[in-house]
Amino acid sequence: MANRIPRVPVREQDAKVRATNFKEVCYGYDREEAMLEASRCLHCKNPRCVTACPVGISIPDFIAALGQGDLRGAADIISRDSSLPSICGRVCPQETQCEGSCILGIKGEPVAIGKLERFVGDWQLANPSEPATAEDNGHRVAVIGSGPSSLACASDLAKLGYAVTVFEALHELGGVLVYGIPEFRLPKQSVVAAEIENVKRLGVKFETNVIVGRTVTVDSLLDEEGFDAVFIGSGAGLPRFMGIEGENLNGVVSANEFLTRTNLMHAYDEHFDTPIYVGSRVVVVGGGNVAMDAVRTAKRLGAEATIVYRRSEKELPARAEEVHHAKEEGIEFRMLTNPTKVIGSDDGWVRGINCVRMELGEPDESGRRSPKEIPGSDFTIGCDVVIMALGTSPNPLIASTTQGLDVTRRGCIAADECGRTSREGVFAGGDAVTGAATVILAMGAGRKAAKAIDEYIKGKQFREQ
Amino acid sequence: MFEIIEKRVLAEGIYLHRIKAERIAHSALPGQFVIVRADDHGERTPLTIADYDAKEGTITIVTQAMGVSTRKIAAKEVGESFADVAGPLGRPSDFTAMSQQELESHKFIFIGGGVGTAPVYPQVKWLHEHGISADVIIGAKSKQMLIFAEQMRAVAANLYISTDDGSEGFHGMVTALLEELVTKQGKSYDTCVAIGPMIMMKFVALTTKRLGMRCIVSLNAIMVDGTGMCGACRVNVGGKTKFTCVDGPEFDGHEVDFDEALRRQTMYRSKEARALAEFREHEEGHRCNIGLDR
Repeated sequence: MANRIPRVPVREQDAKVRATNFKEVCYGYDREEAMLEASRCLHCKNPRCVTACPVGISIPDFIAALGQGDLRGAADIISRDSSLPSICGRVCPQETQCEGSCILGIKGEPVAIGKLERFVGDWQLANPSEPATAEDNGHRVAVIGSGPSSLACASDLAKLGYAVTVFEALHELGGVLVYGIPEFRLPKQSVVAAEIENVKRLGVKFETNVIVGRTVTVDSLLDEEGFDAVFIGSGAGLPRFMGIEGENLNGVVSANEFLTRTNLMHAYDEHFDTPIYVGSRVVVVGGGNVAMDAVRTAKRLGAEATIVYRRSEKELPARAEEVHHAKEEGIEFRMLTNPTKVIGSDDGWVRGINCVRMELGEPDESGRRSPKEIPGSDFTIGCDVVIMALGTSPNPLIASTTQGLDVTRRGCIAADECGRTSREGVFAGGDAVTGAATVILAMGAGRKAAKAIDEYIKGKQFREQ
Repeated sequence: MFEIIEKRVLAEGIYLHRIKAERIAHSALPGQFVIVRADDHGERTPLTIADYDAKEGTITIVTQAMGVSTRKIAAKEVGESFADVAGPLGRPSDFTAMSQQELESHKFIFIGGGVGTAPVYPQVKWLHEHGISADVIIGAKSKQMLIFAEQMRAVAANLYISTDDGSEGFHGMVTALLEELVTKQGKSYDTCVAIGPMIMMKFVALTTKRLGMRCIVSLNAIMVDGTGMCGACRVNVGGKTKFTCVDGPEFDGHEVDFDEALRRQTMYRSKEARALAEFREHEEGHRCNIGLDR
């Protein structure tokens, strides 16, 4: 062990420079670096990384292939379990999944599994293999939404010979990958558009500007448009607010709005018409990836930017790498701080946010220690924009317009392990089922649902014969 | 995709476009809106649907050219296409879900102010087609700025017009005309639907409250996606925060916090003014052939 090489560092854009642009922060490994890092893997007999991966990628196997320079082989191994390696390699919380379980991490640093996956994924995008097109089996499936769960579901079904149409509500494809995650973390052209292009090459059709529940309904897709099954991958839903005084002042926005204006609508680019209000001092409330994306976007747009989070740094739900990058970029972190009121000027614009200091008590049902207010510790942070990054609540649109589709107590679409809902022929997966979660879980759910849809349609055919 | 089949100038700066949009035309109901993006760099602009024809597969929008985005939309000609038209969005007007008996129990008065007259039309037309008569007030600055009067006359039981300068019909505000109809001409209504500038809707809400009738308003809040994802269109209704795009756009006018709604509309105004100045500068040196520079 003593002679083992340390984790190969990954090249990144200089923090001072990148805090003023939207180019990707991390450059990733080149082939040499990737092969060197791959050589660190111990190829455990019982690989804990595989168990910890939400979709069970054969991590030691793909790393072995990569270590031998067999990139096609490595890509094929990943493809068995994941359809979006260049995306998951960038946005998965590796420190709580694969890398968090790596034996090397006990005494030193774990294998950089995420960076290796990204390298293989990017290589695969640059060197696509001929798509394995199956013969048209005569069945049609509608997929709602074009985010990670839908893309995974659509491509698996297309490979099985289904004619798949994806319906997207917005004008651009990609869902959260496009409107939510910023360019500096996930490049839109070279990665997201390239992944979608691959799905198109499988013969999947895409229709934008179709809001299911309004433009069409699940019922009309099944009954009038002749689809045999529907997959709902419509994503997380409506942004939450705190319910504190002053939340509707001018200058308080949801992270969804702030990020959609920048990412989807390119508000930071003068050639685009959509405006954005950044102000000079921005406070972002929340501690997840979306909060980090919003605060770092605000910084790049020229504001002084601060994170306010009610628990301590240890509980931040964001990826460790994003927190690390945010700090390097000069983001101020105010932990154990909870907003109580947004204060405004006489004409209704944000001037600051009143907060109270918190301390951690007993662990709650999520296992995290629950924060308690410290009485009398109120103070004010001056700011002109407040961004709320507090998660989402389910969008009721599809459930309320689909007959016989049950929702959970929390309002998410109720679906079993395989994505089957209460309605025959209707399947669901991703954030629409789980509430806001990760790309890899959504992708995995999309693939499971594709399998269940295939079984459903074949079974139905069999029964009807 | 969204090809323009017909274009008309309704009044100075107010344009009508009839657009090919099969799916929307098939699903649209009164009270709903669409989001239009003129081109690949455009903003997502919410516009109420002024008419729809499922057979033809077309919808009609009416735009007042004010900022960069509405000017870009206004400038589009027949044969050209909009980059995107998404909809129908929002909840249809409540009355579209009523039984015939319930519909007949109501006495409706509609008020359309300025460009807001256009989305009143499909509502009155729908009621007319269901055998329900409704009175309509159209308010405009002047006779020249009056829109949709002829179409409305064909579907309204009684059409009343008010102009700020008295150049047509009643001389004064729509609220004064409503008050006169009820208190002096013996008209009685139990439901008033008002669509127009936020400030007009605020005063219609106050007037109807005094006159003891229900008031429904259609809010034109700032939006990005229009599907509930961004929350830009938050509005305080009865002390609760609602999203105009998914909970509205129609709300009980007596419950809406209009002062907050008016203030929230100004959120991007300084940015819009700057963008418009740049847009105009860009246009300089060329005589606008559709009259946008008049």
